[in-house]
Amino acid sequence: MKKKLHLPGELAGQAIRNVFAKPATIDYPHGDPSIPANYRGRLVYDAPRCINCLMCMRDCPSKAIRIENRGTKENPDMHAYLNVARCIFCCQCVDSCPKKCLSASNDILLARLSRDELSVEL
Amino acid sequence: MSERDGKFVLPIGPQHPSLKEPCSFKITLDGEVVEKAVVEIGYNHRGLEKACESRTFVQDLYIIERVCGICSHAHTSAFCRCVEEMCGLLVPRRAEYIRGIVGELERLHSHLLWLGVAAHEIGFDTLFMYTWRDRERVLDMLAAIGGNRINYGVNTFGGVRRDLEPELIAEIGRVMDALEEKLKYYFELALVEPALIGRLSGIGILRPEDVRRFSAVGPVARAAGIMDDTRIIEPYGVFREIAVNGVTDDHCDVYGRTIVRVKEMLESVRLIRVMLRELPDGPISVKAPRRVPAGEILIRVEAPRGEDIHYVRSTGGDMPDRVRVRAPTEANWHGMSYMLEGFHLADVPIIIAAIDPCYSCTDRAVRLTDAGGSSLHAWEELRRLGIERYQSLGIDPSGIRLREFPRG
Repeated sequence: MKKKLHLPGELAGQAIRNVFAKPATIDYPHGDPSIPANYRGRLVYDAPRCINCLMCMRDCPSKAIRIENRGTKENPDMHAYLNVARCIFCCQCVDSCPKKCLSASNDILLARLSRDELSVEL
Repeated sequence: MSERDGKFVLPIGPQHPSLKEPCSFKITLDGEVVEKAVVEIGYNHRGLEKACESRTFVQDLYIIERVCGICSHAHTSAFCRCVEEMCGLLVPRRAEYIRGIVGELERLHSHLLWLGVAAHEIGFDTLFMYTWRDRERVLDMLAAIGGNRINYGVNTFGGVRRDLEPELIAEIGRVMDALEEKLKYYFELALVEPALIGRLSGIGILRPEDVRRFSAVGPVARAAGIMDDTRIIEPYGVFREIAVNGVTDDHCDVYGRTIVRVKEMLESVRLIRVMLRELPDGPISVKAPRRVPAGEILIRVEAPRGEDIHYVRSTGGDMPDRVRVRAPTEANWHGMSYMLEGFHLADVPIIIAAIDPCYSCTDRAVRLTDAGGSSLHAWEELRRLGIERYQSLGIDPSGIRLREFPRG
């Protein structure tokens, strides 16, 4: 080591400044977590636009989404179910949908008290 | 702790051996000095290569993204490039630039994380807090680009999934300005802070000849003066247009690896600025086919921890026939025992942490114990031996037709 060694405490000035600086963290859940608008959170489903092509189900890596037509082919009644516990929030279903009836929201408050409550209808 | 021949054998791990991932080290101690170290990995085997082979290419993209919790973009970049090369896709320039920007942001957050972990390992928790605070700014940018902090999901076959808006470009520029100031401060700190220098210098030594012997990659090799940066020796994507200033050091120890990583962060900031400035207009992706033509390919990408190698073989369907991922840590493990031997027990955590190991990336190997030597067999000979082995167990597999694949 050819460098001239200083006394320990190079960080002291920075440390003292930080004592009076505002915290880098937020007071969650009271503070604003500032989630970006294009965050990949809870999925939103627009049933009337769905054509039941099932591309989302086919491409889902974790088999988390299920599309069901409770009506007839002529008179469809589309429903989408998501197993939030299985979903990895990659949003490939959003990209795969040819009619853009699936979209991601920036809702991240998805915790529930039981596993059953994690299977939700979109 | 057990005693054998007057030496202590100290088991470290598999729970939390310096880093919060499972790995076991059997350290034979002569007093305080490590005489022998045996590394045992394999606690975090996830079968991800097999999982990839039973899913479509599109689904595999998200498994590959989760190979590593830090270098998720490097892995998907390599996998996407494999598929794009096999399909003959020409990725738009704008997409290559966005991939480059996200890749360098990833390098920044990986190295900042490492610097914090290394500082924590040597009891310098102030630096740990500062670097992780700064890392959050980078993660916020990645979340704004991709929609997630760690698994950005930016890459797709034929380009990227998310475009960069002008406001976001301006915001990334502002974050880079703030970060560069902090990084320069950390670099100055690394050069003058005696606690840091004294604690990191002269430990975990791996000289250039040892680097070649153990095939170490990434900052471990570069700290020994060996330039193995894939962005320089085999430029890909945006790095064909924008030259990277390689960083090497000649300390060959943990201090050298720290210097290399801090300098690389400053270089990443410069690269991001250049890429943001020269970001071309145009489309961000081209349509990729679902079926990938038959063939095989091997692609190298520079992940934050070093050279990341992906091998993909396709038989012409929508699922790969074989996927092999050689994460950088897998290359760096081989020299670990050598790096530990001869140094004090107190240095073990920081020497392990200095290669920036990622255990779950690596755990794919099967270790044979008491295998009884080795021999080389031709494919037909191997198949005959296999059939004989099963016949001795009362099972006759000779009637099974193998899937044909053009070899050679």
